[in-house]
Amino acid sequence: MSQVPLLTAATVPLLMGLLSTTAHAQENSFAQVERGRYAVATGNCQGCHTIPGEAPFSGGRGLETPFGIIYTPNITFDVETGLGEWSKDEFWDAMHDGLRRDGSHLYPAFPYPHFTKMPRAEVDAIYDYLATIPRVRREKPENDLPFPLNQRMAILGWKWMFFEPGEFEENPDKSPQWNRGAYLVEGPGHCAGCHTPKNFAGADKKDQDLQGGQLENWAAPSIRGGSNGGLEDWSEDDIVEFLRAGRNRHTAAFSTMAEVIELSTQHMTEADLRAIATYLKDREGNGEGEELDVPDAAVVQAGEAIYLDNCSACHTSDGSGVPRFFAPLAGSGKVNNDDATTVIRVILKGARSVPTKTYPSPLSMPAFDWKLTDEQIAAVTSYIRSSWGNKADAVTAEQVAELREALKD
Amino acid sequence: MAQKLPPVDVVLVGFGWTAAILAQELTEEGLEVLALERGAWRDTPTDFPPTLAPDELRWYWRKEMFANNSRNTLTFRNNRGQVALPMRRWGSFLPGEGVGGAGVHWNGQTWRFLPSDFIAASHNAERYGPLPVGMTVQDYGVTYDELEPHFDRFDKLCGIGGKAGNIGGRIQEGGNPFEGQRSSEYPNPPMHMTFSQHQFERATRELGLSPFPGPSANMTQPYTNPLGCQLGPCSYCGFCEKYGCGNYSKASPQTTILPVLMTKPNFKLKTHNEVLRVKLDKSGRRATGVIHVDTQGNEYEQPADLVILCAYQLWNTHLMMLSGIGEIYDPATGEGLVGKNYCYQVMSSADVFYEDKYTNEFAGAGALGMCVDDFNGDNFDHAGLDFIGGGYIANWTTNARPIETHPTPEGTPNWGSAWKKAVKENFLKSTSVGAHGASMAYATNYLDLDPTYTDAYGRPLMRMTYDFTPNDLKMSAFLTERVKQIAERMGGREIKLNTRDGPYDSMPYQTTHNTGGTIMGTNPSNSVVNRYLQSWDVPNLFVMGAGVFPQNAGYNPTGTVAALTYWAADAIRTQYLRSPGPLVQA
Repeated sequence: MSQVPLLTAATVPLLMGLLSTTAHAQENSFAQVERGRYAVATGNCQGCHTIPGEAPFSGGRGLETPFGIIYTPNITFDVETGLGEWSKDEFWDAMHDGLRRDGSHLYPAFPYPHFTKMPRAEVDAIYDYLATIPRVRREKPENDLPFPLNQRMAILGWKWMFFEPGEFEENPDKSPQWNRGAYLVEGPGHCAGCHTPKNFAGADKKDQDLQGGQLENWAAPSIRGGSNGGLEDWSEDDIVEFLRAGRNRHTAAFSTMAEVIELSTQHMTEADLRAIATYLKDREGNGEGEELDVPDAAVVQAGEAIYLDNCSACHTSDGSGVPRFFAPLAGSGKVNNDDATTVIRVILKGARSVPTKTYPSPLSMPAFDWKLTDEQIAAVTSYIRSSWGNKADAVTAEQVAELREALKD
Repeated sequence: MAQKLPPVDVVLVGFGWTAAILAQELTEEGLEVLALERGAWRDTPTDFPPTLAPDELRWYWRKEMFANNSRNTLTFRNNRGQVALPMRRWGSFLPGEGVGGAGVHWNGQTWRFLPSDFIAASHNAERYGPLPVGMTVQDYGVTYDELEPHFDRFDKLCGIGGKAGNIGGRIQEGGNPFEGQRSSEYPNPPMHMTFSQHQFERATRELGLSPFPGPSANMTQPYTNPLGCQLGPCSYCGFCEKYGCGNYSKASPQTTILPVLMTKPNFKLKTHNEVLRVKLDKSGRRATGVIHVDTQGNEYEQPADLVILCAYQLWNTHLMMLSGIGEIYDPATGEGLVGKNYCYQVMSSADVFYEDKYTNEFAGAGALGMCVDDFNGDNFDHAGLDFIGGGYIANWTTNARPIETHPTPEGTPNWGSAWKKAVKENFLKSTSVGAHGASMAYATNYLDLDPTYTDAYGRPLMRMTYDFTPNDLKMSAFLTERVKQIAERMGGREIKLNTRDGPYDSMPYQTTHNTGGTIMGTNPSNSVVNRYLQSWDVPNLFVMGAGVFPQNAGYNPTGTVAALTYWAADAIRTQYLRSPGPLVQA
């Protein structure tokens, strides 16, 4: 009654050393590989470079950008289809300068504008860790981009305008913890990828760094934690708990952030999560108070009735929810987001809390798209966005209809 | 010809409560465990989310929640003089099918049998003299005290809400003073009681009885169990029994174990694969695995070192018969043990109708209730009563579902405008007090193979021969009189008594508490499995479930089924794996 032991991180490089004809894996110490494994977790490489459910790091996942679909490459060390022939210097050029092996340019869907902040030793460790991953043969599909974006020379202009290569520089006025947090957020963590709004060219609007963005029909909230920031009401402990457990007293993670927690942040050290929290809490939001589009009383009344029938069993009649189980709606950043995309989408399609090491239960909300009309969803959304102290714009049936259409397969 | 598959360490037949518990326990030992389930994968968000869960027509009336009896059912008769006919539509009981089994659609009333229930034969004989002729009640071979740590584990896995009555031998105010001693308080507080329970509590106190809150697997508050699985607070929607819970509020394999188990690399589940029989080697003393069939009709041989039957009681017994393990019981000779001591439950009740008080029973939960245990087991003196056993009496507010529930007073016509008027007047103003009566084994009640009818695979159906026994009827009359006394004191305008008289009718719903058929006991001459639920005949075969109860107690069975499963799992982990072979020498 025994089972084949899973190959562990310690045994894999050993085997590689014996079997491999290439030199790169031979000198790696356990500590170096573990450093790489951790760095890979901080960068969530697995998220983009894996089709969910398939071999880790074998690529092929399509990233929906406003310009078309870009497929991620295989970053296992398969010789034909992966990084098997790459040298450490070539890997560094990709991570630090956004260059391919042949010297052409990488699309910035690969977040080298962030990875450029990582030091050489860290990038080398990632290389050494990836060399230990079981090799998988998988060709990268051709990107689905229109002319002229399908010409890689076009990226040169983009880089010239928006890309600043260079390692992270510490701010001497701030604590080491703050600096560690800033490095993780701006560097490997590439939080801005989702949480910073983009300009016409898909580059970060630097002046609105971490103030919330939208991608793939999800609204990513502001994650600035200072006054007027999206996480103003979150304590450092709340941020740490969210990144570790996928739940806290305010909300639960789902969708893209669920994947980030599952593959990345829950594997990070308490000290690093606290560093991230320290940094985010130090970032002030902007204080512009816009006039709200208040729903009319009849809509609110209808919304309340729909809410009591469909939502209150879990979210409770006063919107306080069941913290860490069923998301509180009162005071929710998602509900109060200027951009109502996420809250409408969750009602249409449902959502699934990320299962984590701390909370393995994937508690889920069902889809209501088959049950509620655009008008009903607009009414209930407007109701929850204007109740229990929430303050956000009313939602129209047209907005719901538009998102319903966009989400059709 | 069955295609032979790569061997596994353990194969579990069926995937409900007992299989989920065993899979979780045995994978912790590093064993490679495979569960074979004939039904579908089912989970809260995909199969019974709150948008779909309260669909009375679909789940109950059209029987979508239950085993498909167009493919396999059983035949039924009251006695050996009759010809049994197939049950083509479930009625008296509702076996589950699919992942989670009946653990998906149970109410969540989570009891521990009394210490005396486990020694029913010796205890009653000692106190009241020899058991009547024809009664085949016997001791379990395991004691309450041995099972206590395992009851405790299940309580904590499920987040049972209640009030302990006996902690470490000290009687606790507000709990059940008759229960066996507990090692700790319930992990959650009792359910929030309603008007009806308050009336029941007052009435029973006036009668000198000891009311206490029913032990509930519906969550009274948010609960995270020892595995980290999260259960949400119950919303008292009244859709527990016969339904999956959409709000993660009822303990089930899905809510308490599967989130952890399904991610383990050494656990595998195959759905839509039905086990046809256990395969034995030439000696007949060792199981080599199981033969199973997929929905395309392809047959497979799944070799395994350890085979554990985890299907429902009826199907475990059926599989033993079809696999030729042990001898099928014959009431004419008294020979054979497989199928012996089939027992059930004897329910009766009184409806209480109020003139101007609202009971609003639609706001209910499967295990929302107050109970008294004064007339259960041997908690009272049976001298001169001419029966043994008893049952708890409770006022449960489980539901008032619109199609199923329309209590009307005595004398109301069964249809027409007078019926409608009575339903309208009483729907919100009635409640019910019920007795949950035990069922004692008799030589005349048993399971065997039907000589005529076959299932979808051509295998003989199992035949149930069952009727209420003299003990049942006398016990039920006694309990129903107590029910009446309580109901009359609950402040209503009138009551309606629903007595339980023979003969047993297989159609009106009573409970899905079928027991016996693969009974446990002290030696191979009186039982199919030993005290560790291990087959006497085939030591690498274990049989879980209520089939091992030698007779049924006056409680819902799930708590005791689960405790026996943890007990068996512990024996496998700590004894069997070190030295595979019989754990009790015959």
